[in-house]
Amino acid sequence: MIERDEVLHVARLARLALGEDELEPMARELSAVLDHVAKIGELDLENVPPTSHVVDMTGALRADEPTPSLPREVVLSQAPVASDEGFLVPSPQA
Amino acid sequence: MSAAGILDLTAAAAADAIAGGSLSAGELFNAYRERAVEDRAAGEAGLNCFTWVAEQSAGADHPGPLGGVPLAVKDLFCTEGIPSQAGSRILEGYLPPYTATVVSRLHAGGAPLMAKTNQDEFAMGSSNENSAFGPVRNPWDRTRVPGGSSGGSAAAVAAGLAPWALGTDTGGSIRQPAALCGIVGLKPTYGAVSRYGMIAFASSLDQAGPLTRDVTDAGLMLRHMVGRDPCDATSLSVPHEIELPSAERLDGVRLGVPQELTGEGIEPGVLDAFHAALERAQELGAEVHDVHLPHAPHALSAYYVLAPAECSSNLARYDGVRYGLRASDPHDLLDMYMRTRHDGFGAEVKRRIMLGTYALSSGYYDAYYGRAQRVRTKIAEDFRAAFEQIDFVLTPTAPSVAFRLGEKTADPLAMYLNDYCTVPMSLAGIPAISIPCGSSEGLPVGLQIAGPAFSENRLLDAALALEQSFAFDARPARV
Repeated sequence: MIERDEVLHVARLARLALGEDELEPMARELSAVLDHVAKIGELDLENVPPTSHVVDMTGALRADEPTPSLPREVVLSQAPVASDEGFLVPSPQA
Repeated sequence: MSAAGILDLTAAAAADAIAGGSLSAGELFNAYRERAVEDRAAGEAGLNCFTWVAEQSAGADHPGPLGGVPLAVKDLFCTEGIPSQAGSRILEGYLPPYTATVVSRLHAGGAPLMAKTNQDEFAMGSSNENSAFGPVRNPWDRTRVPGGSSGGSAAAVAAGLAPWALGTDTGGSIRQPAALCGIVGLKPTYGAVSRYGMIAFASSLDQAGPLTRDVTDAGLMLRHMVGRDPCDATSLSVPHEIELPSAERLDGVRLGVPQELTGEGIEPGVLDAFHAALERAQELGAEVHDVHLPHAPHALSAYYVLAPAECSSNLARYDGVRYGLRASDPHDLLDMYMRTRHDGFGAEVKRRIMLGTYALSSGYYDAYYGRAQRVRTKIAEDFRAAFEQIDFVLTPTAPSVAFRLGEKTADPLAMYLNDYCTVPMSLAGIPAISIPCGSSEGLPVGLQIAGPAFSENRLLDAALALEQSFAFDARPARV
């Protein structure tokens, strides 16, 4: 069973605020899913290589030719808060 | 042509009618657009399939090989200047500055964008109940779910609100809603279709594919989707052009039935329809063999480690800086990140971010992520071994028919079990199609056919032969 403190620790790693009312259900649901997936612990997987990707390809590099980027004003137009020059965010240490 | 007559045409038949001059592309577009607008205006009384509908056709002067047949596109495909939220509140107001490659390709082929479709948030869900736009309803029974995550795309095609639609499949998100809505859904070989401009969930699994009324339409759409894209390093050139299917028989075709995916956990009514489908396949000349996929029962566990792990990484980008939502009055940067993500993500997305972060965190990485990647290797090996003896693997697509709205929302594990039969193929990266093969309790049942990587042409041929034999009437009462 995942404990409340562990939920808070993982949530902080994930940069996710959780309300007081979300902690207990999250602990319960994560525990249920983790108990289920723990069954793969029973398999003998010694010397089995991991698969991170099914497409076995290397060196999928494009030609190194400069192409135009999106215009700055187009990109900044999507930001919740922007200046003429970039994204505006609050100070890390207000 | 009468309005009802227009709506009865498959996409391929409509393209032919346009080419033959008996129908204009504008007439076709408007007939569907009107229905899509009505569904949106109907609110609770409608199916809630769409998140956006075009004011007018952006079709080209030259209709192209797809004839100008309008396309509905899952919300998570970026479309330039058109809302693309992936069903999430955190992307509220986002207007992408570019269009997904696959949407551009279909447009260039002659399928103009008509509407964006509702979906589970960031494609996480099997019922389309996890959407910031509210749930989609199943056109066969409005009290039931359409499946997910491409639920809006599937319901729209089934209800005749769109001639065909684009969806995405990570662990079953095209095939399962296609099954629950009684239509055809194809997940191509991983890498066959560019992912550029698809809002990412789990990048090693996500793949775009068609949701259509019949197998021929699926082939026609796929033909104009595939190919290498310099913007997606994991996209591949398909070795053969996608052909329109033509087979009528299955003589000598070897079908494998894995006992691991066709027994326990599958509803009796679904199993009955599946076994009846196998008999029809034999009448068409196919051989049916038992085949073993010994690691398939562990696929779901591996998937629910790998997909959340990739999701927790992919969704780190939603932080209130560059697009979408930002929490009001943050007192510092960390507070802005944490509260923006709290406010913007729904419960299931939060759960998966937490699961993935946990599985990747120090001390647990090898036990969860590392092991799951090794299980993935074994599953791919199982399929490779099976395909030395047989041509295709057959299973029911989903363990049950469409279930009731709200029935599984309180139990994440029960919801995840919907993906039991579809996830193994996703982990192996192989193509699989769901076609309606019959019904149970008056609701459609899907048959899943999976083949080796890049076997799409053979897969479509086999599916067509079976489709003709089943003669399933894929039309619920028109809504």
